[in-house]
Amino acid sequence: MEKQYVGFATLPNQVHRKSVKKGFDFTLMVAGESGMGKSTLVNSLFLTDLYKDRKLLNAEERINQTVEIIKHTVDIEEKGVKLKLTIVDTPGFGDAVNNNECWKPITDYIDQQFEQYFRDESGLNRKNIQDNRVHCCLYFIPPFGHGLRPVDVEFMKALHEKVNIIPLIAKADCLTPNEIKKLKDRIREEIDKFGIKVYQFPECDSDEDEEFKQLDKELKECTPFAVIGSNTVVEARGQRVRGRLYPWGIVEVENQSHCDFVKLRNMLIRSHMHDLKDVTCDVHYENYRAQCIQEMTSKLAQDNRMESPIPILPLSTPDVDTEKLIKMKDEELKRMQEMLNKMQQQMHDKEQ
Amino acid sequence: MATSEVDAFANEEKRTLELGGHVGFDSLPDQLVSKASAQGFCFNILCVGETGIGKSTLMNTLFNTTFENEEASHYGQMVELRPHTYELRESNVNLKLTVVHTVGFGDQINKEQSYKPILEYIDAQFAKFLEEELKIKRSLFNYHDTRIHICLYFIAPNGHSLKSLDLVTMKKLDSKVNIIPVIAKADTVSRNELEKLKIKVMSELVSNGVQIYQFPTEDEAVAEINSSMNTLLPFAVVGSVDDVKVGNKMVKGRLYPWGSVEVENEKHCDFVKLREMVLRVNMEDLREQTHARHYELYRRCKLEEMGFKDTGTDSQSFSLQQTYEAKRKEFLVELQRKEEEMRQMFVNKVKETEAELKEKEKELHERFEQLKRMHQEEKKNLEEKRRELEEEMNAFNRRKVAAETLMGQALQGCSQQPFKKDKDKKNFFSLPSACSLTSGRNLN
Repeated sequence: MEKQYVGFATLPNQVHRKSVKKGFDFTLMVAGESGMGKSTLVNSLFLTDLYKDRKLLNAEERINQTVEIIKHTVDIEEKGVKLKLTIVDTPGFGDAVNNNECWKPITDYIDQQFEQYFRDESGLNRKNIQDNRVHCCLYFIPPFGHGLRPVDVEFMKALHEKVNIIPLIAKADCLTPNEIKKLKDRIREEIDKFGIKVYQFPECDSDEDEEFKQLDKELKECTPFAVIGSNTVVEARGQRVRGRLYPWGIVEVENQSHCDFVKLRNMLIRSHMHDLKDVTCDVHYENYRAQCIQEMTSKLAQDNRMESPIPILPLSTPDVDTEKLIKMKDEELKRMQEMLNKMQQQMHDKEQ
Repeated sequence: MATSEVDAFANEEKRTLELGGHVGFDSLPDQLVSKASAQGFCFNILCVGETGIGKSTLMNTLFNTTFENEEASHYGQMVELRPHTYELRESNVNLKLTVVHTVGFGDQINKEQSYKPILEYIDAQFAKFLEEELKIKRSLFNYHDTRIHICLYFIAPNGHSLKSLDLVTMKKLDSKVNIIPVIAKADTVSRNELEKLKIKVMSELVSNGVQIYQFPTEDEAVAEINSSMNTLLPFAVVGSVDDVKVGNKMVKGRLYPWGSVEVENEKHCDFVKLREMVLRVNMEDLREQTHARHYELYRRCKLEEMGFKDTGTDSQSFSLQQTYEAKRKEFLVELQRKEEEMRQMFVNKVKETEAELKEKEKELHERFEQLKRMHQEEKKNLEEKRRELEEEMNAFNRRKVAAETLMGQALQGCSQQPFKKDKDKKNFFSLPSACSLTSGRNLN
C-alpha cells in the first residue's frame, strides 16, 4: 500500500531555519604556557585577528605572575549563520617560577559559569538565559619535551570532569614526522596511564558511508593533533596561503602533510562543535548540578534554619533519612531475593 | 755594604735591550704548547635546560660523536646533575671532556629550588680545587680539574622572550660560571621572529644585570671575529646526528615535509658559529676566565668566611701562617671546652644512674622484708591450725576409747544374768550387734 506523504520529513529544514534565525554561541578556552602559539592558532582557526594591541609581560614580570582570565567576544557571520564566539584566554598559566595550583583560577572560572547557569535555569524568568559555560578547552602541550610534564598532567586532571579537553601539540614545525608520531603515541599512553579523560569523538552511526567512517577513524588515530598556526600570508606553490617562511622551506598551515591544523578545524568547527556543546550540557554541567544539589541538601539536613538560595521541589530531592530507609529496604529486598533464589535452586536440585 | 747593594738592585729600572743575533727563546710558546699537549687538556661543559630541549643531541653534534645518555623522565622530584667524562683525541691532542647535564630541570611544578643543585655542583668543584690547592702535599699538575669552564644555557624558543625560570637561574649562575645562552630547537623560529627574539632576550638579560660571557676582544688576532660574534648572541642552534640528502651530498640535518634544515649551513642556524667560538677560538680563554675570575672570587669568599684576611684591624698584613696559628689555637680551645662539657655530662649521668639504682635497691629490700613478714605470718597461722587439728583428733580418740570401754562394761553386765535366756539371748545376741553397729557407727 502506498504510504501517503505526511510531511514531517521537513522537520530538519524547519530546525535549520529556526537555528539560523536564532544564531549560535560557542565558548572556547585556550590554555598553555606563554609563547605556545595559542593566539596565533585562534586567529588561524577563525581567520580573524582577535588579539590587537596585546601587552606581553617580560620574563621578570612573570616570575610571580598569577593566572588571569580574559574573555574576548566577537560576532562572526558566514552564509547567513551567525556565531557569537567567546574566547577565554588564560595568560600567566605555567609562567611563574612556582606554579603550584596555577589552574585554580581556571577551575574557579568554569565553576562560576556553571553556577551562574544553574541559578538562571532555576530562576523564575528563564526567557533570556545567557550561556557562558565553557564548551571546549584547547590545551597546548609544548613539543620540546618527551611527553606530558607534571604541570600538564595536573592541569588536565583538575579540569577533565568540568570541561571538554582537547590536547594539542603546539609548534609542531619543530618535529619531524617520525618525532611527531613518537610524541603522539607517548602522550596517548600517558593520558591513559594517568586516567585523564579527554574529549572523545562520538562513534559513527553504523549507517554512515564508508568514506565518512574512514575519515572518522583517521581523525581518532591522529589525536592529539599537532598544530601550527600563522598570522602571516606567504606565497607557496603559486598560491597565497597562511604559512611560516623558513630559509629551508615554507610551512603551510592548511597543508595536511605538514600538520593537523585542517583536521582540528574540521573537527572543532565543521563537524563537532555542536557535539561539544551537547557534552558540556549533558555531562559536565549535569555532574556539576547533581553535585551542587547533593551538597546543598546535605547541608540543609544538618542545618534546618538555612535558607536555600534556589527553590527545591520536595519530590525530587530525598533527604538523608529517607535515603537511609530506602537503602535499608533495598538491602532487605536483596536478601529476600537471595533466599528465594537459594530455595529455588534447592528445589531444582531436588527435582533432578 | 750588602744592604746598599740590595737597594741599588731594587731601584734599578727595567731596560729594553737590543739583541745582536737570534738567541732562540722565541720557541718558548712552542715549548709551552708541546708540554701542554703532552699533558692533555681538560674541558668541562655544563648544559642547563628543560628535559627534551636537545642538550644531548647538541653535544653529540658539537663533538661529532655519540655520548651515551638515557632519555630523561619528566617526573623527577628534584633537579639532578649527571656528569660524564670522556677522552677524546684529535690530531695528537688529548682532551678530557666532562659533560654535565641537568636532569629534570624545569619539570617540577614549583621551580623555586631548581637552581640550587646546579649552584651546589659548581661550588663543589671549586671547593675540591681549593682543597687541593691548600694541601701540604699537593700535585696540581696531576689534578683532574673538574671546574665548569662553560655553561650552555638552553632557552626554549617560545617566541616571545625568556621564561621567568631562565632569568632567575641565569642571575644566580652568572657570577660562578661563564654563561653562553643558546636558543635551542631554532628550527621552529622563522627568521624575523628570530631577530626579535634575540633582541628581546639580550635586552632582558641586560636590564636584569645578568652577566653572560663575552668573547674577548683584547687579542687583535681574534678581536674582530669575537666582537662581531658578541652581537649575534644568543646563538640559535639546531642539533642533529642524522644525515639528510641535500643536492648530492649527505649532511647533518633534519628532514621535514617542507624542506631540510642543514645543521652546518650558516643561513639556517648558528651552529657553526657556536662551534667556532667555543671550541676553535676561545676554549683556552674560557678555561682561563674560569680560573682567574670565577674561581678566584669563590676562593676569596670562602677564605674570608673562614676568617682569613689580607689586612688586619691595624692595617698590617697578616701572613697566612699567623692566621693559621690563631685559628688552630681557637679550635683547640673550643675542643677542650667541648671535652669538659662532655665529661661533666658524663659524670652527671653516672651520678643520676647511681642514685636511681640505689633507690631501686632500697625498694627491693623493703619488698623482701614485707614478703618475709607475710611468710612468717602464714607459717604461724598454719601452726595454729595444725594444733587445733591435733587437739580435735586427740579429743576424738578419747571419745572413741570412752565409747569402747562403755561397750565393754555393757557386755559384762549382759553375761552376769544367764536365766533370762531367751529374752537375754535375744538381747544378748542383738546387743552386740547393736553395739557393734553403734560402735561401728561411732567409729565411722
